[in-house]
Amino acid sequence: MADILWIQNGRVIDPANQRDAVGEVFAVDGKIVGSLSDAQKAEATVVDAKGLVVAPGLVDIHVHFRDPGQTHKEDIRSGTEAAAAGGFTSVVCMPNTSPVCDNAGTIQRIVDKIEREAVVRVYTTGCLTIGMNGEQLAPTGQLKNAGVVAVTDDGKCVQSNELMRRAVEYAKMFDLPIMDHCQDASLTKGAVMNEGEWSLKLGLRGWPKAAEDIIVARNVILAELTGAHIHMQHVSSANSVDILRRAIARGAPVSGEASPHHIEFTEAELHDYDTVYKMNPPLRTEADREALIQGLIDGTLACIATDHAPHSPTEKDQEFDAAPFGIIGLENSLASSLTTLYHSKRLGLSEVVALMTHKGADICKLDAGTLSVGASADICLFDPDEEWTVDADKFFSKSRNCPWHGKTLKGKVKATYVGGRQVYDGSTLST
Amino acid sequence: MTQSLSWNRKDLIDVEPLSRDEIETIFTVATAFKKAMDADNKKLPYLNGRTVVNLFLEPSTRTRLAFEVAASRLSADTITVTGDASSLTKGETLRDTARNMEALKADIIIMRHSASGAPNYLSKVVDIPVINAGDGSHAHPTQALLDAFTLLEKFGSLEGKSVTILGDILFSRVARSNIICLQKLGAKVTIAGPSTLVPKAFEAMGVTVSHQLRPALEDADAVMLLRIQHERQSATHFPSIGEYTSSFGLNKARAAWLKPGAIIMHPGPINRGVEIDSELADSAQSVILQQVTNGIVVRMAILHLCSCAHHNEAIELPY
Repeated sequence: MADILWIQNGRVIDPANQRDAVGEVFAVDGKIVGSLSDAQKAEATVVDAKGLVVAPGLVDIHVHFRDPGQTHKEDIRSGTEAAAAGGFTSVVCMPNTSPVCDNAGTIQRIVDKIEREAVVRVYTTGCLTIGMNGEQLAPTGQLKNAGVVAVTDDGKCVQSNELMRRAVEYAKMFDLPIMDHCQDASLTKGAVMNEGEWSLKLGLRGWPKAAEDIIVARNVILAELTGAHIHMQHVSSANSVDILRRAIARGAPVSGEASPHHIEFTEAELHDYDTVYKMNPPLRTEADREALIQGLIDGTLACIATDHAPHSPTEKDQEFDAAPFGIIGLENSLASSLTTLYHSKRLGLSEVVALMTHKGADICKLDAGTLSVGASADICLFDPDEEWTVDADKFFSKSRNCPWHGKTLKGKVKATYVGGRQVYDGSTLST
Repeated sequence: MTQSLSWNRKDLIDVEPLSRDEIETIFTVATAFKKAMDADNKKLPYLNGRTVVNLFLEPSTRTRLAFEVAASRLSADTITVTGDASSLTKGETLRDTARNMEALKADIIIMRHSASGAPNYLSKVVDIPVINAGDGSHAHPTQALLDAFTLLEKFGSLEGKSVTILGDILFSRVARSNIICLQKLGAKVTIAGPSTLVPKAFEAMGVTVSHQLRPALEDADAVMLLRIQHERQSATHFPSIGEYTSSFGLNKARAAWLKPGAIIMHPGPINRGVEIDSELADSAQSVILQQVTNGIVVRMAILHLCSCAHHNEAIELPY
C-alpha cells in the first residue's frame, strides 16, 4: 500500500515555484505529486494545516555536528533531531570534525552514520586543504566521489592567495562550490570581539571588520579570475556586503549568507562578558546589522544559514578569552528570522521562506527546498504568529550555547516531514 | 563620624558603576585609615578572624603587596595564591578554583587575572566579596581610586583639573579605570601616545586623544605615565622602545612644558629611561611613592566597605 500524505487548508508557500496561496500539498511514497486520485484520497493521511504555513522543509547550508570526534557537543543523531525540531529537513555539515574531512574515508564514515542515525537529510562538505592547514590541496575529486556538496576550510580560512587560487580553480573542475569563512588571520590574533567602542571599553582584543573585508575582496577577485563559485559564509560586515553587491552586479560568481545572530544582535550584547555571545565572526555594530538585512532584502546575501556550532556548557563556562567561539541556532532560527525580518516588516513571509529553503539549496545544488512535483516530500508546517519563549534546556541538541535562551520569539514549527514521513509534531520527535 | 557613608556593594569589579558618593565614601574611609597609620600599632580590628585570599593569576608585585599589607593592617589572615601555585595549571577551571576557596571558608577573594572580564565572571560564581586587582586590559579599579585619592590630596578637588595619561592606553586597564574615575570626579582627561596604542576610538569615552606630546602636556595639572606593556602587544604596535622614548618619553626638556605645580604620576613598575627619565621619577614633582602608600589605605577602605556590605554591618571607623 502506498504511503500517501494530503495536507489541506494551509497557506502553501513555495517560493521556488512562486506559489503563495491557501491550498493543498500531496505526497505519494515520499515524493510531491500534483494531485491524488479518489482512491488515493481515500487512503491518504490527512493533515489539517488551517492557520499554518506549509513550506518546503528548511535548508541550512552551514552546521557543525561535531561527528566524529567531538560527540560530547553534538552528533549526527542529536544534530539532526535539533534540525527536525527547527523545521529543517536538509543540512550541510562543515568538515572541521576530528579527524577533519580531508579524505574520502572520513566522508564515507560520516555517510554511513548518517544512513544509520540521521533524522533529516545531511550533506557533507570536504576540506579545501589537507588537515585544514592551508598548505596542500585536499583530494577534491575523491571527496566529490564520496559525496561532498562543497569544499571549505571553514573556520580556518586559507591564508595563502596562491593556494586559494589553485584550490578554487581545481574545485571548479568538479563543479563544486567553495565556501569560505572570510578571515585574515594576521588581523585577528588573540581577538575575541568586534574592534570598536565596545572592545575598547571592555578591554577585549578587537577583531577589525577589515579582516573579513580583505578576504571577501580577495575571493571576489579570485572568483572572477578563475570562474569558480565562491560562497562567503556568515558575512558580518557592512563593507563586505558592499563588496559583494558590486561584484554580483558585475556578474562575478560569488554569493553570501547571513546568520540569524548577526542580523539580530550587536556587539553591545557583550557588555557583561557573556560567552554565549562569543562567536566567529563576532557580532558587529548596528550599522553592520542593518547592512546585512539590506543585503538579504536586495539579494546580495542569498540565504540565511545558522552556523550551528555546539559547545558543551563546561567549555562555554570560562573566562571570555578562554571560551570557544560559536553558538547554536537550529531550533530557533526560523522563529528568530521571522521575528527579525518578517514581524518587523522588513521582508514578506515568502521571502523569508525563500532565504531559508531553496536559496541555500541552490548554492550547494541540493535537490531540496521546493515543493515541486517530483521533489522529495520534505515539508515544514509552521505558525508564523505563535509566540514562544526559547528554553535551551529543552533543546534536542546536546549543547545549550544559545543566545536566544529566555527570549520570546514569534513563529513556531508545528510539524516537520522528511520524504513524506512526519519526524516532528511540534513538540516531540517521531522515530 | 558625621559624614554619611554610602556603600552597599560586596564586590568591586570596576569603577564604572560607582557613583560619586560611593567614590567619596571610599576616600573618607581611606582618609580615616591614613590617620590611623601614623599610630605605633598600625593594626585595626575590622577583618579580625576573616580570611582574605589573594588569587593572583598574573604576575604582580606592587598590587599584591599592597593588598597583603592592607588585609593584614585590618587583622585579616591572608593567603596568596599565584598562577603557578594554583590548580589552574593542572586544568582546573576558574569556577572550581574559586568555589574551593569558598569551601575553605575564605571571606574575600582579591583576584588579578590576565583575561578581561574574569572578575565579572567570578562574582557570579561565588557569594563572597570579589575585589578586582586588575583584569586583562579591562579594569584596575583600586589603582584608579588610589590615583584619584592622591590627586585629591594634592589639589583638594578635581573639578576642572586636566589630567593627561601618556603611554600604552590600548592595553592598559589602569588607563581605562582612570579615564572613568577621573571624569566622574570632574576632571578633564587627555590620553596621549602613539596612534597605534592610543586609537581615536577612545574619544567615545569622553577623552581628548592626542598624538602630540607638547599640547597634551601644556594643559595638564597632572601627567600619569604608563609602562609600555610589551607582554600584551604584538611586535607591530610600534617600531622600538628607543623610538617610543624619543617620541613620547618624559624627559626634563619635555617636563618643562608642564605648568608649574603639575605633578607626575606612575602606577609602577617604572622603566627608568624608557617612559620617564630617572631624575624626573625622583624629583619633587613626582608623587610615585605617595601613590604606593595611598594604595594601602584605599585598599583597606575597599576591603572594609565590601566586607561590611556583605555582612550587613555598620561601617566602623577609627576615631
